[in-house]
Amino acid sequence: MIRTSKATAIGLTAAILVFVAATADAKDKVKVGFIGPLTGGVSVNGIGGRNSADLAVKLRNADAKAKYEYELVVLDDECKPNVAVQVATKMAADKDIIAAATHYCSATAIATVDTYHKFGFPVIIWGAVLPDITYRNKYAEIHRVNGTMINQNDANAELVSKLGYKTVAVIHDTTDYGKGHNEYFSKALAKIGKAKIVGTFGVTAEQQDFTAELTQIKALNPEVIYFGGLTPIGVRIRLQMDKLGIKAVFDGTSGIVSDAYIQGLGPLAEGSLAFREGAPTEKLPGGKFFMEKYNAQKYDNPPEAYGAFAYAAMDMILNTIEKVGPDRKKVIADLGNVKDRDSIVGKITFDDHGQNTVAVITKYVIQDGKFVEWDDSEYASGKRKLPGQK
Amino acid sequence: MDVGLFAQYVMNGLMLGMMYALVAVGFTLFFGVLDIIKFSHGDVLTVGAFVALATFAGLHAAGFNSQLLDLVIMLAVATLAMAALGMLIARYLVMPLRSAPALNTLLITLMLGTVLREAVRLFYPQGANPKPFPALLPQNSIDLGSLNLRLDNALMLAAGAAVIVGLQYLLNRTKLGLAIRAVAQDEETARTMGVNFTAIVLVTFAIGSGLAAFAGVMNGLYYNEINFGIGLYLGVIGFSAAIIGGLGSIYGAILGGFLFAGLQTVGTVLLPFASAYKDVFAFAVVIAIMAWRPTGLIQEKISERV
Repeated sequence: MIRTSKATAIGLTAAILVFVAATADAKDKVKVGFIGPLTGGVSVNGIGGRNSADLAVKLRNADAKAKYEYELVVLDDECKPNVAVQVATKMAADKDIIAAATHYCSATAIATVDTYHKFGFPVIIWGAVLPDITYRNKYAEIHRVNGTMINQNDANAELVSKLGYKTVAVIHDTTDYGKGHNEYFSKALAKIGKAKIVGTFGVTAEQQDFTAELTQIKALNPEVIYFGGLTPIGVRIRLQMDKLGIKAVFDGTSGIVSDAYIQGLGPLAEGSLAFREGAPTEKLPGGKFFMEKYNAQKYDNPPEAYGAFAYAAMDMILNTIEKVGPDRKKVIADLGNVKDRDSIVGKITFDDHGQNTVAVITKYVIQDGKFVEWDDSEYASGKRKLPGQK
Repeated sequence: MDVGLFAQYVMNGLMLGMMYALVAVGFTLFFGVLDIIKFSHGDVLTVGAFVALATFAGLHAAGFNSQLLDLVIMLAVATLAMAALGMLIARYLVMPLRSAPALNTLLITLMLGTVLREAVRLFYPQGANPKPFPALLPQNSIDLGSLNLRLDNALMLAAGAAVIVGLQYLLNRTKLGLAIRAVAQDEETARTMGVNFTAIVLVTFAIGSGLAAFAGVMNGLYYNEINFGIGLYLGVIGFSAAIIGGLGSIYGAILGGFLFAGLQTVGTVLLPFASAYKDVFAFAVVIAIMAWRPTGLIQEKISERV
């Protein structure tokens, strides 16, 4: 028995060798990965990112000059930390997958950094904004093309103070993401010292009913309600504010920069504030190119706020593999040395924590059912006014 | 705390309690006739709400513009569709498993719930996003200090109460109700007395699932937003409410629903800057109640003893 199986093995190896030799002029296949929330409440963002990464791979495979043929392996983290650790382990343990663009949700990104480190698996974060993801440890495997929530909360606090608001109530979800927003926003607001936080409310990420929290907020009578969390509960809170007759400004974060927010609210979305790192997609250096190619593929969903970053992350992975070959260690070494590299989101430079420095923050206000840049909006010019705007 | 604020909390709690109670009543009905837990109940509610929303979109496309008529048709379509779905579930998933351990029914309905939920997400256009639900009730509201009294809330409370009273009447004063109660008490005897067992079970599932659709529409009208996940949470709470009330007792389910809503509201008010723990608080109290009265606050009138 043993002898037969040994013989079979030898035979098989020989057959494979012959086969490989025969197809030597065809390109070698290289697998790369993508992880994002493809099901659940924020799946639109995950699917937008998935499509964008898929676009990068498709364009590369269509390029005759590319050395390898790439295959994209897509896994779903459901925006849940426990699921994320499972899929991250699954992907990192597969030695055929060289590198991956991973995670929209901060809660999942922070949960998986140790896994990637343990397996020596290079990843580029494409959407999660919690600073700790890159800054808590100094892992060579972890990189991020989008900015962190620190800068956007600085910009947020600055705008709120500039508009002359004095009282703010904070609602945040109790994941690492929401808690991070609460922390950095509160710090930034205190530093400016013009507005005061009158109450902070933690809510669960799946909560439906906010009337009890909002009734308390109503009694506190703040001018602004800051919300650190994602679109689904953002929609609910904004709607229930209206039901209880609360007139405060709804001040969101990058978590609500999504077409789903506007669709879910209709006219009520008017006047909501939101902030995001990087310029709007259409104003990015490669924004026009990206949108043209994206639309040409006729995906079902738009790329959403972080699609361009997912594209840039995947494109950078592919460039690196082209340069150093499909080898995780070499990819990590090369990504450790990224300076002023061109991408559709602008020049990318990783600091010693693998964090791209994104200085630009876009301030948005929703005007007539669209995210409009604050400085171009009729609210900034004084033509329209937010509740209580001076 | 001033009176207006207190009244606002009471109003919020009542609305929440009404929805929980409607869901809990379904759990208790199913348990009453078949001694089973049907875990897909919350997701039937979700499907009901989405059927109503789709009906609205259809009516709107057909050029209907009367809010009242829209609402009546939506409610009718959603309730009837879910009643039919409930009967299908009973006939093809629950009844064939009658001789199997109760755990199997629990498991199969739990999985069915996931199927329904994911089907809404995948097959409803852009089903993963929160969907705006039309406000079809009069939006008038009176501001009394800190209390914002809304006419639509009052109407919904009245409608919910009417449905529960109607159900009570049906169960206690009609021949059908008598048959349902007979089956609930003793299946064998009911059969020998000429009660069509299968028909009664199907009707009971139709009533329970229709109630879920009603609660789903109410949920949509109250929050003006629905999403594919609403049923999951309402299902868990409705189930807990039915248990603390005493499975098998309609009054118990209603009591349990309002009690749970009350606990959540009290949790938020008592733990003002730790509101994230309100569910922890509410469920902890539920655990304490279960330890104190394992069969629920109101027990089944005739408990089964071997």
